[in-house]
Amino acid sequence: MASTISFSRRDLLKSGSALIVGFTFGAFNAGHASAQNGKASFDGKPVDGAELDSFLVIHPDSTVTVFTGKVDLGTGLRIAVRQMAAEELGLSVAQVDLVEGDSLLTPDQGRTGGSSGLTQGGVGVRQAAATARQLLIDLAAERLKQPAASLILADGSVRPKSGGQGVKIGDLVGGKRLNYKVNTKVAVKDPSAYTVVGKPLPRPDVPGKCTGTSTYVGDLKLPGMLHGRVIRPPAMGAKLESVDESSIAGIPGVRLVRIKDFLGVVAPNEWAAIKAANTLKAKWTEWSGLPTTEQLPKAVREGKIATEQAGVTRGDAPGAMAVAAKRFSGTYYYPYQGHASMSPSCAVADYRNDTLTVWTGSQSTHLFRLIFSESFGLPADKVRFIYLEGSGCYGQNGHEDAAADAAILSRAVGAPVRLQWMRHDEHGWDPKGPPQLLDIRAGIDAKGNLVAWETETWVPVPIAARGTIPLVGFDSAGITQRQGRWPGSVDENLDPPYTTSNVKVSVHRLQDSPLRPGHVRAPGKVANAFAVESMADELAVAAGEDSVAWRLRNLTDPRAVAVLTKAAELIGWQKRVSPNPKAAVGKMLKGRGVSYVRYRGNENYVAMAMEVLVDPATGKIKVERITCGHDCGLVINPDALKNQIEGSIVQTLSKMLYEEVKLNTSRVTSLDWVSYPVLRFPDVPPIEIALIDRPNEPVMGGGEASLPPVGGALANAIFDATGVRLRTVPFTPERVKAALAAAPQPPSRESARL
Amino acid sequence: MPAYKLRVNGKDTTVDSWDPNQPLLYVLRNELDLHGPRFGCGMGQCGACSVLVDGKPAFGCLTPIKQVAGRSITTLEGLGTPEKPHPIQAAFIAEQAAQCGYCSNGMIMQAKALLDKNPKPTVEQVKQGMQGTLCRCGTHTRIIAAIMRASRA
Repeated sequence: MASTISFSRRDLLKSGSALIVGFTFGAFNAGHASAQNGKASFDGKPVDGAELDSFLVIHPDSTVTVFTGKVDLGTGLRIAVRQMAAEELGLSVAQVDLVEGDSLLTPDQGRTGGSSGLTQGGVGVRQAAATARQLLIDLAAERLKQPAASLILADGSVRPKSGGQGVKIGDLVGGKRLNYKVNTKVAVKDPSAYTVVGKPLPRPDVPGKCTGTSTYVGDLKLPGMLHGRVIRPPAMGAKLESVDESSIAGIPGVRLVRIKDFLGVVAPNEWAAIKAANTLKAKWTEWSGLPTTEQLPKAVREGKIATEQAGVTRGDAPGAMAVAAKRFSGTYYYPYQGHASMSPSCAVADYRNDTLTVWTGSQSTHLFRLIFSESFGLPADKVRFIYLEGSGCYGQNGHEDAAADAAILSRAVGAPVRLQWMRHDEHGWDPKGPPQLLDIRAGIDAKGNLVAWETETWVPVPIAARGTIPLVGFDSAGITQRQGRWPGSVDENLDPPYTTSNVKVSVHRLQDSPLRPGHVRAPGKVANAFAVESMADELAVAAGEDSVAWRLRNLTDPRAVAVLTKAAELIGWQKRVSPNPKAAVGKMLKGRGVSYVRYRGNENYVAMAMEVLVDPATGKIKVERITCGHDCGLVINPDALKNQIEGSIVQTLSKMLYEEVKLNTSRVTSLDWVSYPVLRFPDVPPIEIALIDRPNEPVMGGGEASLPPVGGALANAIFDATGVRLRTVPFTPERVKAALAAAPQPPSRESARL
Repeated sequence: MPAYKLRVNGKDTTVDSWDPNQPLLYVLRNELDLHGPRFGCGMGQCGACSVLVDGKPAFGCLTPIKQVAGRSITTLEGLGTPEKPHPIQAAFIAEQAAQCGYCSNGMIMQAKALLDKNPKPTVEQVKQGMQGTLCRCGTHTRIIAAIMRASRA
């Protein structure tokens, strides 16, 4: 395969600000790597994870290109991985280039999911870079005729520690392959000697994003490229009966593509494709197989159980519950939510001569290369997936579906196709985070100690298969694909992180899922931790204790104690029992709340504190301030990490306050930003974050862990303000008003309601 | 095909459009290769396509090409370059006020319009002034900081 492929800088033709990619038939279109990178030749480069050459190329000018299968989704991976490589190689980040997520050029390091960008991608590159450092020192030892132990690698050269003439790494390698295995036991640099890792270096992609010069997948332009749009049925399971092609006769250059129930249009002009998709008259069968938004909670509770999964089990929770001095219970509901990416998903596909190249914002280019090769019956080495940034996705959004649509259209018309979904496609058809229903019961003894905890939850059963989320285009076009299902690890953080000897977690795995479930950032754990931390807070109040003090009393891990203490300290936490005895501030009610989550039970330590104002007249919640203590072990880039944490917090506030996918019996009805509102600027509070850097601990991912604590801190702050516990998400003004009206108000809060 | 004369980022240009109602967004992106403005919703609900028409903010996705004939259009590229960024762009870069960056065009163009009208806004005025422009990655706090930084520049 490698012998037929060649890349070089001259294939990259720049025309104004447009990126035009050179083109050859037969093999993969040359220059595709350059669309992402633009540097040097990587002829026949290996991608096998055991080979050092798979991870890095040392150029004659002593700069290095690093290759990772993980991708930067706006998450800062692009700078962090450079820092990890530069550190081991004795270079600055400016001397390290990065190629990400190109199935032909990068090692397969798995999906960029589960916050694994650094823990798998970065750590893999670091290991390779450390191997390369050792190799370079050995090569220099031979060249300089000095013992390896007397040499160091720094500033792009290997030189004697004692000073004197060194040799540049580009000269040592001489533009050749390293032909060396990655040493999985190699010693990496001691954190105490770090000069690049741990620095808040700016991300290389930000200037381009702020000046319109970066290349997103939707910016790619290929010679002869057509623009495509798909037309999805008005009811999700509807079949296509007939199409009236004359309805688009007046629109120039449009070609209709109909394959079974797949319906699309292509045109040389994008607006023509859009207009044709909007105008086309098609007749679909009736279909109504969905529960409505209102019916969903009941449908989930009464859904057919596929399997019963035992979660965390310790001691005898039912037995302890039976003899508890006081028992508490709560039912929590979290709705369908989408990724609601800023860009409707987009992909460019070139399917000609039994060769398929796809440019995509997918988190999983290696995986989808295999899926597409299976579905199209192409040998794997005839399919290439190249990552280019899409807009933020927070799990698998519509990127891969758009890739399937683009590939189907390209194959049908024999030309490269840029396919973009419309807003209603994205809101209507992206894989959604499934609704979650939780019943929690807890018992305390006479002294207020937690003695029994039970969580029950109802979530879709996962079905193992490559890819795990079937793509809409393949299904509608009758193209074979494995029918899996993967809602993400929604069964985590269902037990309290606090000392308790009797715990029982039951996960009822549902046979059916009305919409295609997907994994949306910190899957399941946003809801689970909201429920668990709400109940934990209820127990603290019942014990007559301050919410921070109760948590600290029930935590033993010093890292947990440290983040919680920090979050409380930053917000100026005053010790007292909730609810707030002096809640009334004018016509508003003021409260504060806290929560703590050990992400997935064994990863990051995150604590959050929040101050809120609740307007009892309108039901509107205003978050005034948020503080966060965060420990993810070794911090690679503190500023990029803080950006992720801030984003996680704001995004989760949006989920808790606004977001709910609406359904009727046929389809999703919340198809725009009015019917699916998200948080806007006026709702964004100041956020203060304390990173607790632990350089000698393993790095953990920073992309998800600070979502789960948000819901608990918010709900607990609302309780502190109002004396009312909200258990159904989102906390819309209507729900808040209804909850306040249903609850008796203590006198301290009455004044604000007048 | 009808031709339209526009002034784009300070340069006179003529573009053809088969449909006089073709939104400016597609003309800028596909005919003039200006990729700053982006397609987000096509309904003027998110701001990702924002441009300035005669200095005033407009949604490229809703502005028919026929309406901007003879007008002066500024896109993100017209403000500055990576080497010579506009002070607002420089402030966004300094604050690292982007994640996926798909909204960055709308944020910067709307911030430009806001600061043109009110060069020294309060944080609250920035929040109110920017509320029509959506960000999904939750970069809001940095965007606010960047606009405040630009207002001091």
